[in-house]
Order: sequence, then structure tokens, then C-alpha cells
Amino acid sequence: MNVLACIKRVPNTGAKIVLTDDEQRIDTTNLGFTMSPHEECAIEEAVQQTEAHGGSAHVLTLGPEEATEQLRTGLAMQADEATLLEAGDEEWGPRATASAIANGVRELGDDGAEFDLLLFGNESADAANYQVGTRVAAELDLPCVTGIKSLDVEDGTAIARREVSGGEEVYEIALPAVITVKEGINEPRYASMRAKMQARRQDVDRREPTADTGAGTYEKVRLEAPETAESEAEILGDGTDAVANVVDVLESEVEVI
Amino acid sequence: MSERDLPSSAETVIIGAGIVGNSLAYHLTEQGRTDLVVLDKGPLPDPGGSTGHASNFLMPVEHSKEMTHLTRRSIEQYEDMDTFTESGGLEVARTEERMDELERRVQSAKAWGEPGRMLDVDEVEEMVPYLNTEIIEGGFYSPSAGTCDPLRAGEVMRARADHAADGGLTVSPNTTVLDLHVEDGAIRAVETDRGTVQADEVVIAAGLWSPKIAAMAGVEIPLTPAVHQMVSVGPISYFEEYEGEISFPVIRDMDTQMYERQHGNDLEVGSYQHRPILWDVDDVPSIEEAPLSPTQPPLTDDAFEQSMADALEIVPQLLDDPEAGVRHEIDGLLSQTPDGMPLLGPLQDVEGLWSCAAVWIKEAPAIGEAVAQWMTRGWSDIDLHASNVNRFYEYGTSRTFVENRSREGFQKIYGIVHPAEQWQSSRPLRTSAFYDRQEDLDAQFFEAAGWERPQWFESNRDLLTEYNTELAGLTRPNEWDSRWWSPIILAEHCHMRDNVAMIGDMGFGIFDFVGSDVPEYMERMAVGRTDVDVGKTVYTPILAENGGFVSDLTIARLGPERYRVITGGAAAGSDRAWFTRHIPDTGNVSLIDRSESLCTLGIWGPDARDVIADVAEEDVSDEAFPPYTAQDLTVGEVDAWAMRLSYVGELGWEVYAPMGQGRRLWDTIAEAGEEYDIRPVGMGVYGTTGRMEKGYRLYGHELELEYTPAEAGLTFHGVKDADFVGKDAYADAIEEENAATLCTLSVVDHLSADGERRFMLGNEPILDEEGDVIVDGEGRESYVTSAGTGPTVGKHLLMAYLPPEYAEEGQDLHVEYMGERYPVTVEVVGSRPLFDPENERIRG
Repeated sequence: MNVLACIKRVPNTGAKIVLTDDEQRIDTTNLGFTMSPHEECAIEEAVQQTEAHGGSAHVLTLGPEEATEQLRTGLAMQADEATLLEAGDEEWGPRATASAIANGVRELGDDGAEFDLLLFGNESADAANYQVGTRVAAELDLPCVTGIKSLDVEDGTAIARREVSGGEEVYEIALPAVITVKEGINEPRYASMRAKMQARRQDVDRREPTADTGAGTYEKVRLEAPETAESEAEILGDGTDAVANVVDVLESEVEVI
Repeated sequence: MSERDLPSSAETVIIGAGIVGNSLAYHLTEQGRTDLVVLDKGPLPDPGGSTGHASNFLMPVEHSKEMTHLTRRSIEQYEDMDTFTESGGLEVARTEERMDELERRVQSAKAWGEPGRMLDVDEVEEMVPYLNTEIIEGGFYSPSAGTCDPLRAGEVMRARADHAADGGLTVSPNTTVLDLHVEDGAIRAVETDRGTVQADEVVIAAGLWSPKIAAMAGVEIPLTPAVHQMVSVGPISYFEEYEGEISFPVIRDMDTQMYERQHGNDLEVGSYQHRPILWDVDDVPSIEEAPLSPTQPPLTDDAFEQSMADALEIVPQLLDDPEAGVRHEIDGLLSQTPDGMPLLGPLQDVEGLWSCAAVWIKEAPAIGEAVAQWMTRGWSDIDLHASNVNRFYEYGTSRTFVENRSREGFQKIYGIVHPAEQWQSSRPLRTSAFYDRQEDLDAQFFEAAGWERPQWFESNRDLLTEYNTELAGLTRPNEWDSRWWSPIILAEHCHMRDNVAMIGDMGFGIFDFVGSDVPEYMERMAVGRTDVDVGKTVYTPILAENGGFVSDLTIARLGPERYRVITGGAAAGSDRAWFTRHIPDTGNVSLIDRSESLCTLGIWGPDARDVIADVAEEDVSDEAFPPYTAQDLTVGEVDAWAMRLSYVGELGWEVYAPMGQGRRLWDTIAEAGEEYDIRPVGMGVYGTTGRMEKGYRLYGHELELEYTPAEAGLTFHGVKDADFVGKDAYADAIEEENAATLCTLSVVDHLSADGERRFMLGNEPILDEEGDVIVDGEGRESYVTSAGTGPTVGKHLLMAYLPPEYAEEGQDLHVEYMGERYPVTVEVVGSRPLFDPENERIRG
């Protein structure tokens, strides 16, 4: 079984978000880059499924040359192959992205890499459009389920579970299929040092993306960074001196006792 | 301890609440300060500086005595705060050259009083079973090394400071310094986003942000943020059987410039081998903008690639654990200085403003203590001269210089650095008027405080043949011993003793003091009497209140209210700070710094008078220009001033000329000296061979805060009536028996076990009959303070302080050098010159 995990290079979001002057992008000077936790799970799932069922785990992204950093993270997590759809520096909307990925998947298929399972993160960590997975499924005419937190594959069929309020939904999908996954489906591994080193030397398959952006698409006007509330910590005391104050806070402010 | 409201004034404000600021606060309160503010722009306990991401291990043994003693003292403090775990430390060698270097580590350990021994491969394997011993030759084991918790230690020190200050300590996190207020050359207040605090004493302990803070007061702290890459790998199942933070020695894989150290179930792998990655401090993000912390930007992968390969090679068993992965990886930012040492002390252009920057975890508690002592009583128990922030004063603070030297210095971390190794970047920077002439003569330039000084001249190679007999047995067959050295130095020395030589420029600090209060001020600064006749010179110790050396220098009285102070180039910046700091607030004392405007040329040797007499307008006979006097001297066309004295023990003069006329001075002397075969000779003669034969002491080697003039044999001034800094302690030191006395020793047998003649270079331990380092009654080890060959006396000479039981002329001892012991004998106890003890030549 061959599994494709599609990921996106995004700025590390663990800090105050500063926008560029034109309000079109996040200022990434101090941030470094990563991928969304959902996508890390997608890679891990691809690797685990192929470890269990044989076949190959393939990781793909549409992005600038620098996105090879995230592909190599995937390779270090034991994905077998990586493809970069070289998109340059401009930003692609979800529709164009989905079209390019669908075309990329067809091209890979033409080159002999057929996929039984296409995994996406449920949404990207930066734009969170929630669209690319489903659009790719539509383009490729594949069945699709989203928001999956448990996945079992047996005899060409996937059993996918989605958490809903008060229980879960269980889907049975014939492969090939598109599944978007959520954090919690597995525990993504930390890449070992040796794997990271080998990944740096591995070849990345580079392709020119082709996309049909279609008509009637929307345009981003600008980004806005919401004001973050200032948080303050108060030290309640040292050692046993703090006990009375802690109890007071638990009683009157947190109201748990 | 209030953490909220900033008081409107405080006695002392400490900027920075990392390990350094906390240590300062603690020790200042221990020293009696009760009104302090500590502020930091970050939160507590981890404000986001380098303290928060250090690997937290302390390896005490270094080649620097200062750093070794500071680390030892810091370990004691971390232990006292229950924040230290002794794990031992192991430096492993992959090459034979490194094994020699580790032997030198043992030698330094012994010299500075730390335990440490060599291990063979089997012993290494037994101690650290997961190490790939197939690729190593052996190791150096430092049993007292260990790890600390600097954040916890910071909390303990703040709590102790709070207790000692009894409510007088305010700690204010999340407080950004906006400006420093300076009036009349003194610090007056710290302005922050939470209010302004009036203070006459402010310490910058802001780590890599220190230059930005200093700039607010118009002064410079020369450091740059530099990347130290570190990753953490885990969970490693091998460690699961072991309780606690660390159960195995910290490993330093010296030849790859890396370390691997257990931290619970993780292995921290750090590297100094990658290309130097320097940051502009303005690019370091704010706390809000940084995903991890301002000083923990993301790892630069490509720079770490080789480090991964090397780590995998030395600890494959741990790193290939199938469960283990890289859990944490950073480009840790730390402070790098132009010479790798910290930047401590008063910033001399703003009274009351101090620097306590570029300090690592391993030495921070002790540095906080030492700087607190310095601030409160004027001297520290551990001499900090090599860390004095003023050592770069007015030459080494530009961004370009700091970056060039930091880049170069980064690559020396874990390197094999020869004691005489020269910096290569940003040179030449300070050149005297003689520079071009010297370059034409193929001078081999060494640098001191930025000055280019010839160490020897290749043009003097012909002298090797002439002095072939004298030099027999004194040349150095071993590559290490002869690195950064040439036998030409010895031949130049012989030529000077037989004929005449010209030496310069020495790069002196030259400070003229002018004003009606100068005579009284100068008297207060010096051990020697300075109420001498105009035209007299006084060589004198300069002491701290403890009676230890701040400097030794020459003072010449130029007029009734005018003195000239001449000091060694390396100490010029710190001496200037010392003198400036002691100028009374209301006194009429002005300092004119002539260091860059005057050049110095020494003309010494039996023929020196003849050379000078040929070209000088004035009478230079012994009657007209007696020894140890100074007067104007016109040399050809050059209006100069000269002192008749010598650091090499010969008849002659130091001639000081305006820099603009320096080349003319050089040419005039060279031409007049032609018939006497005058040779330009280098600092190798001036600083070592000539000096050692005369038993002259050198600040920073023999002379430092930890020794008194009585011990150094420099009490010839007696105790004058006038009051001076350090007088009481000095008088006491003369009364008491010396715990150690500075002696001149010579090497009796140079032959190593494999039959090679070896020559010590300095800092080697002196051993007793048991083979242990000699320790005096004050707990100070006996080590070689200076080493150098005396060609005229035909011996390799060593200076060392020895306790009374060994300070006997003719006493046989041993010195340890590169893992072997060599017999030495005490030639002289005290300062009597080995060569020309009656100074007949100087007086000739």
C-alpha cells in the first residue's frame, strides 16, 4: 500500500505574530518554520500504515525551495520519498494549491507512483482554509472524509473514525481515498539523529506545479493580527508561606474549592 | 522582596536577572549593600537570556588560572545552594596531538590545584561504557566537574539577597530599560518603562544585550551574540536504569569541538565546530516575538550536519536507540568577546557604571562575588585582570573588530591554543611610526593591546652564526616549544649585550597628569615616594587596599605639578581606569593620554651612549644624564624626551618622540648606530630574555592582586610617611614572614624520556619531592609565572613563588611539563638579578 502525506511549510506560530508592512504576510524573521501538528500526524500515519501493510510512504508539498526542510523532516520521520512542487515564493490559495497537488498526484501516477491513500492535515497551521484535502479529492474524484482521529486499513478498505460531540462517527471507505487527519490520531515520532542526517542527503523529487486556478476565486485583502491580552503572573509566596494565598486563589478566583 | 513597584532611588541598580545579576545581588548584599534594584526585561525565573539554555556543566580545569579558580569557586557556591551534581568530566582525544594537549591539561590542573589525570582507553571505556573507544586514544579525567541548575541557583541567591538586605531588595521582572541618565560623567539614573530609578551605581549584567545598554550611556562593551548549537536526544533507554540528572561524566570530544552529556533520559549534544554564526544584537527578537526564547532561535541545520556525524561516531549506542529522537534543537545564543574572556569592571568614561558581561554559567557565581568585592572594597579575592573590561579601551570596541576576533576566537573554543598564539584578524590595527621600517626588516610582529610589536627580526638571522657557541643547547628542537619563537631572539639578545640594540615601539600606556593637586594625588597612588626632584623617575608598585598588585609602572616627574605615568601596553586600559577612578572629585588633576601621540624607542647596550651622543644636542654623559632620570633630548631634528633606564639591564635610554617624528627618530638612530652595528631587536629580548636575566617582574605574570610586594621582592621603597592606597597592608606584609617569595629558578636537565631537549613556556606546576604541586600557607600553588631563556647566563629561567621551606638558593625541585618531570634549581630568592646583580651596566 502506498501512502501520500501532503504537508505545508508554515511559520512557527509559538510567538507573537508580526505582519509585514504590506499586511500580506507574516514576518518570519524570528520565527523559523514548521508544519502543522495535524500534518506531522499525517506523516506518522503514512509511515505506520506502510510499516504495517508494506508499500511506500511518500511526502509532498507545494512551496518554495526552502520547503525541502519540511520534506526532510518527513524523510527523517522515515517516509521513503519526497516530492517538492516548486512554487516559488508567491503564496497559492487553496484552490490553486489543490489543483497543483491533484496534477502532481496524476504526474506521479504516470511515473508509476500510484497511491492508495492520500493523507492531509485537517487544516493548515497558518491560513486554516480547511479546503485543500477535500478539493484534491474532488479533483481526483476520490472519496474523502475529514477530521479523522483513528484509521485502520484492511483489504482495501479504510475504517476511519471522527470524534463528534457525545461519541464518534465511523466511516468505511474504499481505497483509494483522501483522508484529512487531526492531531491525536497517533503520536508522531521525534526523528533520530541518524535519520535526520540521512534525510539531509536523500534526493528530493522536484516538479514544476501546474494549476488551474479557475474563475470566481477570492482574493486575500490583508492579514490582521489580533491584539493579544497582556498576561501577568503573580508570585503567591515562597514555600509554605504561599499556602494561604494559594488556597485563597483556588477558593475565590478559580472557584474549585 | 517586592516584585512590583520600582523605588524612585536605590544605591545600586543591577540590569539583568540571569545568573550573573542574581549572583551580584546576593554578593553585594553579603558585602553590606542594603538598597538594591534588580531588573530584567524578561520574566522570572528565566528571563530569556543565555542562562536559560546553557547545558549547565562545569569543567574546572582550564589553562587560565583566573578561569580555573573562578570555576572552582563557583562549584563551591552551587554546592552550597544544593544546585550542583558532581559527575566528573572527561575530555577525550582522537589524535596524538590532542593527547599531548591533554597532558598539558593535567599540568594546568596541577598548577591551579585541581585534581585531574590521564586515562587510557580501557579506563575510559570502564568509566563511560557507551563511548566508541575505537576512535579515541585516551582522555583527561576531571573528577570534580559536574552540572548545576542556574535558574534554581538564581532563585536561591535572590532569596538570600532579600534576606540579607532586609527588605531593601527590589526585583523587577518584565521591566525594560529605556535609557541611562549620565550627568557630569557619572551615572545618575536608570529609566525604565515602569519608572525611573535614581542611582549612582549601576551594573550592566545583561548578557548579550549588554552593548545596547552600555550604548545608552555612550560607552562600549565589546561583545557579540554568537551561536552555540545544541540538540537534545531522548528518551534513551540506557539511562533509564539510572536515577537522577547525571550518572556519567560529561564528555568533551575535543577534536570535534563537541560535548555529549547525560541529562536525565536525554543526551545533550553541543557543538562549537560549526562555522561561526554571529548575530547583530538588534536582530535578537523580543520575548514576545521568539517562539522559544530570544536566545534560542531555530537550529541552522546545514551548520550542524558534520556535528551530527561526529556525535553518531562517538556515542552510536545512545543516539541509535530506536526510541530516541531529537526532541529539542537550538542555535543557542551566547556572548562572544574579542579574546574569549569576560568583560568585568568599571567603565571608565562613566563613573559608577560597571560591566559584568560575557560570563558563562561555570564562572558566574564566583564572578558575581568577585565583582561585588571589587565594587564594595576596591579589590577581589580572585584577580580578574584578564577579564577587565578596560583591556579593549580605545582600540578594540568597534563592531568590525569585535566580529572579526569573535569569529576567530569561536574556532579556538576546545582548540589546541599555544600560549603564544597570535590573533590573525583585524591586523595591523595600531602601528607606530616605526612600523614600515620594521616591516622592511622582516619583523615578525606580535600584537599587544592592538599594537604591532616586532617579536624578532628575520633580518638578524646572520647573528645565529655569530652566536652559534653561546646558543648551543638553548635552541628548541621540539615543535611545540619553538612554535611562535625563534632562536634569533637569543642571538639578538647576545648582540645587545655585546654592542647596541634599538627596541620599539613597546605600545606603552603613557598618561600625563597635570594640575595643582597632582603631587598629592600621585603620592597617594604609588608605593614609591613621588615627591622627588623634577627629572627623577620612580619605578613603583601600584597596590589595591589589600596590598596586592594593581600594576607596576614608572612615574617620571616632568614638573612641579606635572607627572608622566608609563605602563605596559596590555595593562594600559585597566591602569588608566584605576588612575581615573582615584582622581578626587574636587581635585585639580587632569589626565592627558599620550599613548597614541608618543612613540617610544629604546636604545640599549654598551655602545648606546656613543650612538646617542653622536646625534643628541644635549650632553648625555653620566654626570649630565644620570641613571633613573629623565629630560628633554633632541635627537637630530627630533624633539624628544628620554628616560635613562632599562628593562633589559643595559646602559641606555627610552626615547619618547611625537609619533609624527617617529620615523625620523628611527632613521637618525639607525644611521648613527651603523658604525656600532646597531640592530633593531624584538620584544622577545625586551619582554623575556633580557627581563628574565635581570629578574624583572611582569604585571599579569608575577605581579597580581593575589601577591604582595614583599612576596614579589619589591619592597625597596620601604614604607614612606605619606599615605597611599594599600599602605597598611603593604606595611603588614613587610612585617610578616612571606607565605611565598618570588624566586628565579633554572632548568638543570632538559632531556625528556625520549631524549629530546624540552623548554617550559610558563604556567607549569613546581613539584615537591613527592611529585605534588607545592602549596604555600595561603593555599596558593607554586607555578611558573614566566619562563624564558637567558642566553648570557646560559640557562633556561623560570620564575615562581615558593614557600619559605623551598625558597632557598640551591634548592633542588622539579617542574612538570607535558607529562614529565624536569629537575630545576633555585638560583635566586627575591629580585636580585642573575645577570649583573650590581646593575653596573645600567649605571655605566
